Amino acid sequence: MAKMMYRDAIRNTIFQEMQRDSRVVVLGEDVVGGMGTAGGPEAIGGIWSTSTGLYDAFGPDRVIDTPISESAIMGAAGGLALAGKRPVAEIMFADFIGVCMDQLWNQIAKFRYMFGGKSICPAVIRMPMGAGYNAAAQHSQVIHQFVTGMPGLKVLMPSNPADACGLLRQAIRDDDPVVFLEHKFLYAMSGEVPDDPDFVIPLGHARLARAGEDVTIVASGMMVGYAETAADDLAQDGIGCDVIDLRTASPLDEEAILDSVEVTGRLVVVDEAPPRCNLATDIAALVASKAFASLKAPIEMVTPPHTPVPFARELESAYLPSPAKVAAAVRKTLEYR
Amino acid sequence: MQLNRDALTRAYRQMKLIREFEERLHEEIQTGEIAGFTHLYCGQEAVAVGVCEHLTERDKIVSTHRGHGHCLAKGCDVDGMMKEIWGSLEGLCNGKAGSMHIADIDKGMLGANGIVGAGAPIAVGAALSNKIDGPDAEGKLAVAIGFSGDGACNQGTTFEAMNLAVVTKAPAIFVFENNHYSEHTGVDYAVGTAGDIASRAEAFGMKVWRADGTDFFAVHDCMREMLDYVRVPGNGPAAVEFDTERFFGHFEGDPQRYRGEGELERLRETRDCLKKFRASVTGAKLLSDSDIDAIDTDALAAIENAVQASRSAARPKPENVLDNVYISY
Repeated sequence: MAKMMYRDAIRNTIFQEMQRDSRVVVLGEDVVGGMGTAGGPEAIGGIWSTSTGLYDAFGPDRVIDTPISESAIMGAAGGLALAGKRPVAEIMFADFIGVCMDQLWNQIAKFRYMFGGKSICPAVIRMPMGAGYNAAAQHSQVIHQFVTGMPGLKVLMPSNPADACGLLRQAIRDDDPVVFLEHKFLYAMSGEVPDDPDFVIPLGHARLARAGEDVTIVASGMMVGYAETAADDLAQDGIGCDVIDLRTASPLDEEAILDSVEVTGRLVVVDEAPPRCNLATDIAALVASKAFASLKAPIEMVTPPHTPVPFARELESAYLPSPAKVAAAVRKTLEYR
Repeated sequence: MQLNRDALTRAYRQMKLIREFEERLHEEIQTGEIAGFTHLYCGQEAVAVGVCEHLTERDKIVSTHRGHGHCLAKGCDVDGMMKEIWGSLEGLCNGKAGSMHIADIDKGMLGANGIVGAGAPIAVGAALSNKIDGPDAEGKLAVAIGFSGDGACNQGTTFEAMNLAVVTKAPAIFVFENNHYSEHTGVDYAVGTAGDIASRAEAFGMKVWRADGTDFFAVHDCMREMLDYVRVPGNGPAAVEFDTERFFGHFEGDPQRYRGEGELERLRETRDCLKKFRASVTGAKLLSDSDIDAIDTDALAAIENAVQASRSAARPKPENVLDNVYISY
């Protein structure tokens, strides 16, 4: 085990996979940083420090610094994958998905099915996402709710450095397209990461982050930390919570959720996406249809309001879920008789 | 460069096969036997064949919604193609693709595309893959061809793809087939550069060519020059605009009210690439009329066989909906 930050876990994993497999290729805006300037390549090394050093190690053919052209990045990732490479493309902010949606949704996601299984499409699309930096409405959104609804895509939402490593390595080795959603606010999070260069986390297996028998809390990405904090606070009052970290929004570990709710009978789902048609409503529907008899109380959903992400500190704080909001939802579901 | 008898025979047979494939589909679609949307390539055969006759299986192509010609020219199986359009389980893509999404990765055919302009970035990705693989023993790179129409030349994706190819020196060739109509709108209206697409590509910083797309030999010669250039590591991409014609509507069922009086008849008479090919090779005594007639007969028989095979081919079953998915909910 080595202690490292979430962003370093991501960079190290890409580095190791590029060393292991010459088909792994990185592309994106400023993934080298400084191309065509007096400072030269690696003057920046990627704005998230998730690609620093890759260019020096692997050169311009495999670390492709692109113009600001999200559609071309996404499409090129698809073309590289069809041609036998394993691209790891970065869309600098997940919010930019709107610019390149066609290449993700109509192309990459559909190749395997649309071509009758005659091709694979091993593309990883990394998209830093989420609020917390007061980056306002077009640089703070989560987008998992869109891509989870797209057949053909696998959607990963690591909540800690070890999961970022194990899930990313699995994503790069996977034959299907993977949308890898790094939460920007987690980049500086520190944690123990296994040294094993083959450490992978299989997709579709949730992690039980806290164990308790009173209430089930389901969360993903940055929301997992909020749920854990809430669960720890509630434990002081003798309230035990299962905290289920989904890890992957698709494939979804339905069994982990249903098994837990069968014990607790009470469910709180925490989601950073606005309240309609998101993971929270999806999981609420799953539990309502498959574990109805186990429920002892209405399902509680903790989400932002149905608004764009606001700028001012006070407004963004009010917008986002929080440990206190999660704890309040847990107490509310326990009060139901 | 003079093509030998075998090369001429092969090129003409490919063009004729595409022509008869499309003419037959035009008839069959009207009976209602074939489902969905179909966009026919009839009239543009010299482009697909003139381009693809130079390519090897290492070279990739990315096609358009009008893709049957590109697929056949790149070597996709005729029966497999026809069965796919018939929606058969035995089709090239097991009945999942239909006319608009046929692909055959093993043949280097990375997919037709239902989205106008979507192919160019994918072609750049394939070209970047070729660049990573590096030159062969003769020092030449494999290339990726992105076919686009005059409609796709207005899409931002095409612009992004051209710029990315130039800055990364990707061995890509953007082939613009200007058939003068983007769907139902004329190129003089829709393309701001006065119908001149090649100059746009040139403005992105690449070498461009222009040729008559109804003249197989013009296309073929032009492509040889382009490939000699693009296969050299470090040269980067190139683009070409072929002036061509489509003989059917944008889609099957298009009433084509945008055409001028007698326009189609005139085009079939004066701009038919097969007629021009026949006149050229018989005039130069490279092939005889009876040689050409024999190829015509052979191509017609191949299409008849493909149609009969498609009619009796296995149909997909409801459970095949869930084939090739990683999870179902």
